Amino acid sequence: MSAATIRAGAATAAAGPGEGGLTWRWLAAGVLALVAALLAGLAFGPAGIPPTALLGDLVAQLPLVHGQSRLSALESAVLWELRAPRVVLGALVGATLATAGGAYQAVFRNPLADPYLLGAAAGAGLGATIAIVYVGVVPLPIAAFLGATAAVGGAYLLGRSVGDGRNTATLILAGVAMAAFLTAVQTLVLQQDTENVRAIYSWLLGRLSTSGWREVLLVLPYAVFSIVVVLAHRRLLDVLRVGDDEATGLGVRVGRVRLLVIGAATLGTAAAVAVSGLIGFVGIVIPHAVRLLAGSSYRIVLPLSMLFGAAFLVVADVIARTALSPAELPIGVVTACIGAPFFVVVLRTAAGSAA
Amino acid sequence: MIALERVGVGLGGRPVLEDVTLRVPAGDWTTLIGANGAGKTTLLRAVAGVTGYSGTIAVAGREPRRLPAPERARLAAIVWQSPLLPLDMTVRDYVLLGRTPHLGMLGRPGAGDAAAVADAIGRLDLGPLAARRLGALSGGERQRAALARALAQEAAVLLLDEPTTALDVGRQQEVLELVCQLRAERRLTVLGAMHDLTLAGQYADQLALLDGGRLVRHGPPAAVLTAELIARHYRARVEVVELGGSPVVLPVRPELVA
Repeated sequence: MSAATIRAGAATAAAGPGEGGLTWRWLAAGVLALVAALLAGLAFGPAGIPPTALLGDLVAQLPLVHGQSRLSALESAVLWELRAPRVVLGALVGATLATAGGAYQAVFRNPLADPYLLGAAAGAGLGATIAIVYVGVVPLPIAAFLGATAAVGGAYLLGRSVGDGRNTATLILAGVAMAAFLTAVQTLVLQQDTENVRAIYSWLLGRLSTSGWREVLLVLPYAVFSIVVVLAHRRLLDVLRVGDDEATGLGVRVGRVRLLVIGAATLGTAAAVAVSGLIGFVGIVIPHAVRLLAGSSYRIVLPLSMLFGAAFLVVADVIARTALSPAELPIGVVTACIGAPFFVVVLRTAAGSAA
Repeated sequence: MIALERVGVGLGGRPVLEDVTLRVPAGDWTTLIGANGAGKTTLLRAVAGVTGYSGTIAVAGREPRRLPAPERARLAAIVWQSPLLPLDMTVRDYVLLGRTPHLGMLGRPGAGDAAAVADAIGRLDLGPLAARRLGALSGGERQRAALARALAQEAAVLLLDEPTTALDVGRQQEVLELVCQLRAERRLTVLGAMHDLTLAGQYADQLALLDGGRLVRHGPPAAVLTAELIARHYRARVEVVELGGSPVVLPVRPELVA
């Protein structure tokens, strides 16, 4: 309730002709944050590349500009074959997870929903475990992707077969049951082969590691598809906020919207998890921070979650790479460590201005 | 305008509405009355296409459940008994939701939608509140916002599920007068449900009395609001007097009368 007071002020200022939608100011802030994060991601790393040389090289890459790069061949390779793919992957994964989290919260009208709600994490975890334990059967990203999509698909069918498909509580419970079952199976597989516990554990904590642009190309189509579909539904997701019955009365095919959005968000999440492991916190903390600061309409929450989610994960990865350099922190630990205090600050700010 | 033919609805294997045949002519105001659980809300939900049913329902000659959802919503707008209000949504955004059936799946609101929203907001005196959040409104203001949303839907049929239950008597009269005016201006057909029998009789052309899911009496207020019918179907002790050509229903406590 407190948070809303800021928004009332923002909405008054922002209320354009007829719509209190996304303002240019917030959109610009999101784009700036992302650009700054990408530059930071390129600039920091074990191989010291001077910032001015980095900027010169970036400018030289622009079309129509015939600048001279001052980077050596090695530095250029570090920049474009090591850092750039990793930074871009972080941005893609962050954007996908944050958008998917916002989409899940909208579809389930549940502020605690995150992209792993319907068992995507447990399914991916089982897939990854199988891939690690039985090496060579199936590549890890594909196993994780299949595990995640199968788990959510299974939860959806299970929820529909029990309820009438309109009750989201049944769907969530089906997701919980699916997650519990798959986690149990994963534990069983692990028990058979304790040698791999360390590898599996490190995957579970999430990591952005790349070998060239391969991972980026792997996740790109799913991320784009997922984000485009979710963003296209942002106005209808606002209509869902008045409940299934009222939305139906307003001419919305609630079941279809829900299936499409869950499907798209799940595909994106599965692809993100396949290349980066289970990175927590982004899907829940970013949409909430956006909601508290910029406004609760999904026309605001979803596009800004995409931008700030991307920026957040790139920055988190910079910290993961540099904090204990040359050792690397698991990025899931970093997102939680900076995400939790950041969220508390946002909550307090919102509460403070409401008082 | 609205024609129900042997309509039945079952919920969880139990019949909630049975064999209801009812006609509401274009431009008419018919109010459903009946005790709690008589089937008033279910009937409105069936006409709005939110609930499945047996029999046939025709709105403007077309069967709602056979229409695509947006087209159905352009035909009939419903004001819900207890609407689910997103408390941090602004009044203007909330009224804009009423334009949903005119926008299609992925459309964006245009000038025509903005005009319809502004008109609905002006019509319900919500102008000064348009940028406020729903959570900051009083009960009466929320009710007006819900009505404005239905109005922005620009449907020829307005379904009102106890639109005045949460309001004080002054606000009740205000809302009902407004519906009456809108009905005249926009040639709306109104089908409502109400608990206050006196107000129901004062504003509707026809009353339809439901009991146990069946239509037991249908006619002008004076024919339906009789002490005998109310005693039988509400299990209430009332006296009915006439005031200005409209029946007034008074609850009676026999101990006090004796």
